[in-house]
Formats: sequence, C-alpha cells, structure tokens
Amino acid sequence: MDFYYGLAQIVGVHTLLGLSAYIVLLTGQVSLAQAAFFGIGAYTAGMLTVLAGWHIVPALGAGAVVGATTACAVGFPALRVKGLMLVVATLAFGEGVRLFFFNFDYQVAKGGIKVGPLGGEGFRQIRYFPEHGWTTGEVMVFIWAFVLVAMAALWWFDRSRYGAVLRAVGEDELAAQSVGVNLTAVKVSAMTVGGAVAGLGGGIYAHYTTHIEHSNFNVLVATFALAYPIVGGLSNVFGTLAAVIFVQVFLIEGLRDLGDWRNLLFGALIILAMNLRPHGLFGRRRA
Amino acid sequence: MLELKGAARHFGGVRAVDDLDLKVAQGEIVGLIGPNGSGKSTAVNIITGLLPLTAGEIYYQGQPLSRVPTHRRLQLGIARTFQNIRLFGQLSVWQNLWVAQNSPSDRARRGFLSRWLGGQKGVRAEIAELLEFAGLAARQDELAANLSFGEQRRLELARALAAKPKLLLLDEPAAGMNHEEIGQLRERILRLRSRGITIVLVEHVMELVMGVTDRIAVLNFGQKIAEGSPAAIQNDPLVKKAYLGGA
Repeated sequence: MDFYYGLAQIVGVHTLLGLSAYIVLLTGQVSLAQAAFFGIGAYTAGMLTVLAGWHIVPALGAGAVVGATTACAVGFPALRVKGLMLVVATLAFGEGVRLFFFNFDYQVAKGGIKVGPLGGEGFRQIRYFPEHGWTTGEVMVFIWAFVLVAMAALWWFDRSRYGAVLRAVGEDELAAQSVGVNLTAVKVSAMTVGGAVAGLGGGIYAHYTTHIEHSNFNVLVATFALAYPIVGGLSNVFGTLAAVIFVQVFLIEGLRDLGDWRNLLFGALIILAMNLRPHGLFGRRRA
Repeated sequence: MLELKGAARHFGGVRAVDDLDLKVAQGEIVGLIGPNGSGKSTAVNIITGLLPLTAGEIYYQGQPLSRVPTHRRLQLGIARTFQNIRLFGQLSVWQNLWVAQNSPSDRARRGFLSRWLGGQKGVRAEIAELLEFAGLAARQDELAANLSFGEQRRLELARALAAKPKLLLLDEPAAGMNHEEIGQLRERILRLRSRGITIVLVEHVMELVMGVTDRIAVLNFGQKIAEGSPAAIQNDPLVKKAYLGGA
C-alpha cells in the first residue's frame, strides 16, 4: 500500500509543478524557470523546519512566498523579452539557481550531527515527517489537501475575469493592450502566482523525499513542468493533473517492467498522445 | 479633442507618417483616406500608442500623449478596431467583451466591495447591450474564432465600445463587406455619433466615407495633401492625382 501512497505523493507534487507552468503558459509565456522556483521553495521550507524548527505548514507557506517573490522579481526583466528569448532567459536563470544550490553551504550542528544544505552533496535529513511520526498515508493526505486547495483556487481563478484576461494576453498581446489590458501587470502576476505554486510544491517535495540536491531542480524538471500542461491541454487545470497521471503513473511506473525499453517507449507514447489529442488530453476541440 | 502636431513615424528611411497635423473636434466624424501605404494605419497606431512617435506630439483633451502607454490611453477614452481582425479567438463572444471592460468606471466596479454590492449586474447588463448593438446576442457563447467574417467585424466594434470610449478609431471597418453590410455599419456609426462618441474613420470604401463623415483628411506618402468637406475632397485635383496617378 505504501507504494501507492508514495506514487500519489509524487503525482501531487508534480501536479503543483505542472500547474505553476500552466498559469504562466496561459499568458503565452514559455518559462523554463519553474524548476528554479520549485527548488527555492524546497530549500526555504526545508531549512525552516530543519534549522529553525518551524512547523511544516508555515514553512510551506514561506516557501511559497519566497518562490512568488523570486518569480515576481524575475518576471519584470524577463517578460520584456518574448518567445525564444524568454525561453533562453528563464533557462539561464534556472541554471543559475541550480548552480547556486550546488555551491550553497549552510550547516549547523544539531544534536551532535551537522544538518543543512551542503553544496553538491545536497540537503539531507529533512526529516520532519518521520520525526513527528507521520505515516505515509497521513503524508499523502496532507499533500493532497494542499494540491486540492491549489487546484480549486486555480480553477476558480481560471473561470474568473482574470483567467479570461490571461488567455486574451496569450492570444494577442497587441489586441489585449488595445482594449486596455496592462501587459506587464498581467504577465508579472501570472509569473508570481506560478512562482507561489511552484514554491509550495517544492516545499512539499523536500519533506517527502527528505533529501534534496541541485540536480532535483535541473532543466529536465523544468521541461517536465512545461510538458504537463502542454500534454494535458490548457482548457482547465484537470488537463495538467491528467497529464501528470499519464506520465508518472502510466509511463514511468506502469512501464517499469520494460527496463531500458521504457525510455524509448516513453518518448514514443508522448508523441502518440500529442498526435491523437493535439489540444491536450483534456483539451477542448476548438476551431 | 484630439490634435496631432507635426506627428511623425519613420521606419528607418521610410516616412510612414511625416509631419502630420490633424485636429478632431468633440462629436465629429473625421475620415482619413489615402491610397494603400499612405500611412493611415500608422496614424491610428501612433494615436493609440502601439507605435511610438519619431517626432511631434499628440494631444488628447489638451494633454500630451506620447508618454502614455497604450492601455492607459484606452482608459482615457481612446479605443480602436483593427484592419485585420484581432479578436481573442479562443474566448467566447461574451468573454471578448468582458476582458475589454477597462474604463475607469469598470475598474472601480471591480473593487472588492463594489463587486459584492451588485457590480456584476452592471457588467452583465452592459455586455448584453453591446451584444444587442452588434446583433450578436444569439452568438454570445460561441468562440470568437467560429464567427463569420461579418460577425467578427461587428464583435471588433462592440469590443472597442466595451470600454465606453470618447474617441473611437475605426481602421477600415468596411473592408470585405458587401453593400448591405456597409449600410448597417453606416447606421451603427451614426448611432454612435448620436451618443456623443467622436470618430476617426480610416477607410477605403468611399461609399461609407462620403456618406458619414463631416470632414475628410487625405494622406499620401505619410503626408496630408488635402482636408475638407466630403464634397470638396471629391473634387480636389491633388486627391484625384494621388488616387489615379498621372499628371
């Protein structure tokens, strides 16, 4: 049973990661920085519970706030560039953050052992859940409570006028400007909300794996973050969830028996899925 | 209401609009005509701020505009339609109007408190009225991309009106329309004038321009070559030369 709980935890965290890219994609921006915000949230929340002894909930909240703040700060200069230039700019930022964590040492002695981030070795012993005697099932419920709240909030946001404005910007920036939409404000807010969701997801990730390191937040993760909403479609948040389940449960776990063939089939199935459902797994068929 | 003083927009060596002076008074319908490439659309783009000025200044209600970004100009009351239709195709007709409600009163209404005090009702009523005006009430839930060409043109007009503009810039609204549709458009333009909206009409279709405008300015190679009443413009030798060529 623990295996399935563990799988549900992975799905939950990756859903948050995908949703952070979803909200940014609605405005037509392709950001490869989502893994960096995810990592910033992970390190922030981990350090707060391990080094400062915070309770997990405020620590996760702080991770989300720091993720949002960073995304907002990155958003202003980065969103002045468009298309491929933005991809490159956010990629550079993401790699910068990863290399920062690669070199980041901040260890303090606690009960005879040193804890905290240690450069390339990573940040071990983020043991809030085991120390407080949480079972895997309880952790899963805890994670999914956050995921469901985040999904509900984004679903509501999407249906509100703000969602329509984000989509309008994504479709035609010139027209959106001409009907009075402040492009900078819209893009930076989308980026900020995305940063908050990624930061929250990162904080949760740090605590269920108990060990994070720079390579957990590399370009591959950033690509996954983007792939979920694209594969799932931008109609609504459930597309992203469906894509995460498709990739994490069906492709990665379901095909485990195939050994090395899995990676080959993995790519082929994504291409097949995108050909059969060009608007995403949950995409509305559009004109 | 609107005044361009020596307004210019150059693209490298190309002077798309050069040293243009134009005054539009409150409540007027001014036509802006000229052969293809004469700078009419560029003129609209510099007035709305999509293109920055190379030289000169634009005044709106006495206030210089050149440092005001496009979305702020809309909030001041300057709205436009596009020559090549630019709707939000994957949004519904209703949503297209919804996102365009950005006048100061709309923005005030979106405040947290006023929303609970019935602001949403006003939003719906205004959108319903716009749909009625554009003859799109039956199509409100359709994706804008699925509308016919004529319907899309009407939605563009309604979307520009959603922000309650004082000055409306119409960039070739009759392009591709048949005789009957032009008649309907003409009627709509006159209805807007009766509501007190000032209109700048950029148009090739003389049937429309000559029928509704109070005054016409003619552009050629980015410069104004004539200005006057529709009747005077029709008989102006410079205008004939610009359109027909020859000596």
